[in-house]
Amino acid sequence: MNTFEYLLQGFAVASQPMYLFYALIGVTLGTLVGVLPGIGPALTVALLLPVTYQLDPGGSLIMFAGIYYGGMYGGSTTSILLNTPGESASIVTALEGNKMARAGRGGPALATAAIGSFVAGLFATIALAFIAPYIVKFALAFGPREYFALMVLAFVTVSAAFGDSTLRGLTSLFIGLALAIIGIDQLTGQTRLAFDVPDLLDGIEVTTLAVAMFAIGETLFVAAQGKRAPDKVEAVKGSLWMSKEDWKRSWKPWLRGTAIGFPIGAMPAGGADVSSFLSYSTEKQFSKHPEEFGHGAIEGVAGPEAANNASAAGTLVPLLTLGLPTTATAAIMLAGFQQFGLQPGPLLFATNPELVWGLIASLLIANFMLLVLNLPLIGLWVRLLTIPKPWLYAGILVFATLGTIGANPSVFELGMLLTFGLLGYFMRVFGYPIAPVVVGLILGPMAEQQLRRALAISQGDFSVLVTSPIAAGLLLLAALALIVPLVLRARGRGDVLTKMATDED
Amino acid sequence: MKQFFLASILAGAMALPAFATDYTILAPAGPGGGWDQTARSLQTALQDEGISERVQVVNVPGAGGTIGLAQFASQQKGKADALIVGGYVMVGAILTNKSPVSLQDVTPIARLTGESVALVVPAASPLMSVADLVTALKADPGSVSWGGGSAGGVDHILAGLFAKAADVDPTKINYIAFSGGGEALAAILGSQVTVGVSGYGEFEAQIKAGTLRLLATSGDARVPGADAPTLTEAGLDVVVQNWRMVAAAPGLSDEQKAAVTADIQKLATSKTWQDMLKTKNWQDTYLSGAEFDAQLAKDISSTEAILKDIGLVQ
Repeated sequence: MNTFEYLLQGFAVASQPMYLFYALIGVTLGTLVGVLPGIGPALTVALLLPVTYQLDPGGSLIMFAGIYYGGMYGGSTTSILLNTPGESASIVTALEGNKMARAGRGGPALATAAIGSFVAGLFATIALAFIAPYIVKFALAFGPREYFALMVLAFVTVSAAFGDSTLRGLTSLFIGLALAIIGIDQLTGQTRLAFDVPDLLDGIEVTTLAVAMFAIGETLFVAAQGKRAPDKVEAVKGSLWMSKEDWKRSWKPWLRGTAIGFPIGAMPAGGADVSSFLSYSTEKQFSKHPEEFGHGAIEGVAGPEAANNASAAGTLVPLLTLGLPTTATAAIMLAGFQQFGLQPGPLLFATNPELVWGLIASLLIANFMLLVLNLPLIGLWVRLLTIPKPWLYAGILVFATLGTIGANPSVFELGMLLTFGLLGYFMRVFGYPIAPVVVGLILGPMAEQQLRRALAISQGDFSVLVTSPIAAGLLLLAALALIVPLVLRARGRGDVLTKMATDED
Repeated sequence: MKQFFLASILAGAMALPAFATDYTILAPAGPGGGWDQTARSLQTALQDEGISERVQVVNVPGAGGTIGLAQFASQQKGKADALIVGGYVMVGAILTNKSPVSLQDVTPIARLTGESVALVVPAASPLMSVADLVTALKADPGSVSWGGGSAGGVDHILAGLFAKAADVDPTKINYIAFSGGGEALAAILGSQVTVGVSGYGEFEAQIKAGTLRLLATSGDARVPGADAPTLTEAGLDVVVQNWRMVAAAPGLSDEQKAAVTADIQKLATSKTWQDMLKTKNWQDTYLSGAEFDAQLAKDISSTEAILKDIGLVQ
């Protein structure tokens, strides 16, 4: 049998009514648990995995796929509506999505996220079925120096994408980089800047920082303005559904997001957060409405949401072909496979084709179910925003706090949440962008570790950084991204760039 | 009648704890890792075997398990229904992090599973045997890069012990720490590092598919089905095993400790648990009581010695 026949057979199994029902239950459970703040897809899957053990292998895989995709999607709902990203991959979604929600465009934001996730899930799952073996070869060509070059590219494009003042953007970025140093250094096992506080040994949790900066900082900012604050929150303005214009502005970002997310997700040290950042800065480059970025640009939701879903499918590439779980979620999936005595790895496609193709077909079906379930729910979700402002913000505070405590039950963590919330408030007051702090915390350690690994392997010879074609190519791209805007500015198009800049976030 | 019925249910519900303990298991790591999987397997097996009515798993991640350990030791004192999962990695982490709380502050119950650490090279590597690796290491210790899990963990310790046994200064080894066996595997497959060190299970599929060559395993016996010597057989006096254990809260009475030990013993010999070990490819290394205490003390002192040799602990 060839690939296509296997896939059809997988569909034949997965589309039995009982299995469709399992898929629906999985998607519903996944979305409901995923919506809770502080609970990312990994924990959702870990909590719900035992539920699937009671079923036969086919039903179990299908329900599992539903939970996985449902959990991924549920996280973006809270990011968009409440500005409380539950995991690092939906931080970017919160940036533009929450602005849209507060401008009465929560409906289109949720819709473009849902459809974008669907499109990305569809294409990425198909790619998984057909080109997994080639993608994995490409991903393995990435060693420490190539990752370092990729991080440099991400730094350059992402820091350029936020804020109007380079100085302020860089200040924020360096606050993030400084926070990133805290904790045990992975390469030597020594602690840095932890001041003998055990809670700091593992560094600062990205979601704690993001929720504090976005949700708590925002709440304080609104509260501090009191009655003077313009009543910005409008639940619904215009259509609840995406307009023709929205569609036109969304479809390209969906595809670009997929193209960025899938290969990066397949890389053992890539991940959904890096791909969502890269997608965001790409969309800002390509957008015809760059001035809307920071004020709720639909491209800024469509692209990153597609990217993080595509990269979720991408993580299945090393898992299925190499037996290599590259994320916590994938590690739990591995446990799910082992439940049936399966050992994912290079031989899996050859020894157990039915189950592999069954899983891939299930993913496609779960993806479709997710769309069916979520589009009608958008109207309901958006109504959250009609809650009077004091209640809404009080609710956000409660949810942010609960989420943090739920993910890590510790008083110190709660203290950090409040401290960073205050920092976020003051940064807002003085007009410093917030996103670069979070970006610094996420990308800083990756860049540092990969650079040091590359140099350790070469025993201190710096030339290794540019002697690989992939690394050299990526660094060249980064250099272009740095120089081109300078040239444009020099040629008198500076005002365009200023217009692109934003005053908030 | 109806009230009597309700009352009997209530009485029954209240009487239950007398027969079975509702355990809470702390996994001192995030969901997905080895300790989390151990805790969740324990949960399923304890429930399915009827040893415990309801078992909860709590994740407290961080710093090689020492954060969870510290929380467990201070909050669960004297509670007979609290368990924590741990292992060899914790022994190293307690030392490198100068953790104020150690395994002496909890009540170790039993070692449950174990895994040999494997030394592998990519299929295209010129290194064919342990002897080749020793020769390369003696010629230029820095040119041999070892890719494995986090610094100070069992993989790093094995690299240090290997160098020491081969008469090479262990401070000279070029160990490249990755966030886990998975990321290290990618670097080994991509020939980014000379030799890979990680749990045998992480490499098994690749070894069988012929993309990695197994040089040796680190346990006291060969891994069943693996075509490679132990390090001892290859002429190096090194035995290391990455084991996982379960411990109870500090301050238990002797009766309480005996009850928990009996429950775990029942679990370890049950069919559910044995089947789980098979599907997860975990080796059964069950050891409890005084024998386990002695083995634990031995592991701690040898780990401390090698971490000092590598220079991670002063």
